[in-house]
Amino acid sequence: MLQEAQTKRSSDIVVVENLVKRFGRFTALNDVNLSVRTGERIVVCGPSGSGKSTLIRCLNRIEKHDSGRIVIDGLELTDRMTDVTCVRREVGMVFQSFNLFPHLSVVENCMLAPMKVRGLSRPDAHERAIGLLRKVRIHDQADKYPGQLSGGQQQRVAIARALCMQPRIMLFDEPTSALDPEMVNEVLETMVELARDGMTMVCVTHEMGFAREVADRVVFMDRGGVVEEADPDTFFRAPRTERARGFLRQIIH
Amino acid sequence: MNSLDFSIVLQAWPYLWSGLLFSLALTAAAFVIGMSLGTCFALVQHFELPVIGRVVRGYIALIRSIPLILVLFWFFFLVPIVLGHLGGSGRPIPIGATWTAFITFGLFEAAYYSEIIRVGLRAVNRGQFEACQALALSTFDTYRCVILPQVLRVASPIILSQTIILFQDTSLVYVLSLTDLLGAASKLAQLNGRLVEMYLVVAVVYLGISSAASQCVASLRKRYAIAGTHR
Repeated sequence: MLQEAQTKRSSDIVVVENLVKRFGRFTALNDVNLSVRTGERIVVCGPSGSGKSTLIRCLNRIEKHDSGRIVIDGLELTDRMTDVTCVRREVGMVFQSFNLFPHLSVVENCMLAPMKVRGLSRPDAHERAIGLLRKVRIHDQADKYPGQLSGGQQQRVAIARALCMQPRIMLFDEPTSALDPEMVNEVLETMVELARDGMTMVCVTHEMGFAREVADRVVFMDRGGVVEEADPDTFFRAPRTERARGFLRQIIH
Repeated sequence: MNSLDFSIVLQAWPYLWSGLLFSLALTAAAFVIGMSLGTCFALVQHFELPVIGRVVRGYIALIRSIPLILVLFWFFFLVPIVLGHLGGSGRPIPIGATWTAFITFGLFEAAYYSEIIRVGLRAVNRGQFEACQALALSTFDTYRCVILPQVLRVASPIILSQTIILFQDTSLVYVLSLTDLLGAASKLAQLNGRLVEMYLVVAVVYLGISSAASQCVASLRKRYAIAGTHR
């Protein structure tokens, strides 16, 4: 056990080994292995139903895996809720459908978890929230409600809300897929900035421009498994597998 | 009886007023007990707790299938006997008509409020729960700060109409010889023979209070509506 831990590079903040996840009789993830170093930016892509969303939803245990191991920052995800909570504090997540709290204003959305989970006082939480809303350039809307904002604005609020917990890793689950085309860029720009700041990121996305610009590694998934892993340049220029070539042909046109 | 004489109402007003106050107090108590207990019942079912979930479901099915007036009777006559047996003396321990009314109405309404909240809980988008998980919020904070506030906003019109029904149902306490607004009016009507005036006035009071409550909630809803939602 100890040896095994030592063979892993100590900078691996996410380690996934032989991960299996089933929904009833459907196997969504079949023996997936993945490791992410601190500060690394990973883009996960693949056709729909390939298991990419399921994979990142397993990383903060929104989905429970059936077998295999997931170790986040040294803590293994099991049924022990205390470990799960510890991991969730350090892992921020941005959803396809934003999932902002509609009854709370933008700034309250950002303050809730820092106050309840991190124990920040209201003024401290407010200051942090405004700071991060400024970072995603939406602080002038702080007192509005999510329903009054455009999709792109809502997604930037969702990013700020996750950042308010000062996570060590950010997970993005198709953050631009529910957006009107003209709003995709404002969200991608925010994500690029975040990547420049050195945040460890795992992004499920079809935005290949984003992948080229910031990803250290592209993970291509199909039918519940990782088919190909490469740096973006190699992946886009010379994909090794026929399945990846087929996928790229489809999304580039 | 050929002409209406409302001067009688003026004399009767103090008695009617005390009846009205009792109706309002009973409504308020039943609302508080019913909503708190009903929310707990709804959550127990929502969490699908193994044994207690079934018990609660059975309780709600039972309560909803018998008339309130029967529950009042049972509670008034049976609970003192049960209490007596539990106490060991075997002699009934009376709990009094007022307490019977407050507790019974609370327990009865809990079943109805619980159904409203249970449906409301199901209407909350799954993404809301996932967002709370992702932010590491505890189950308690998830429900208290995120889920229940949304449920109560969505369900408030139905909760209100249930409460108006409750307010009108308080007249059933006549079976316990308690005097609510309608009870007060009908007693006076029997005494002075002015049935039409008395029942007209009572109808107007019920109408006034119920529609004022509707108006009040409508304006509250406007103020606290979740801004910009189209759900």
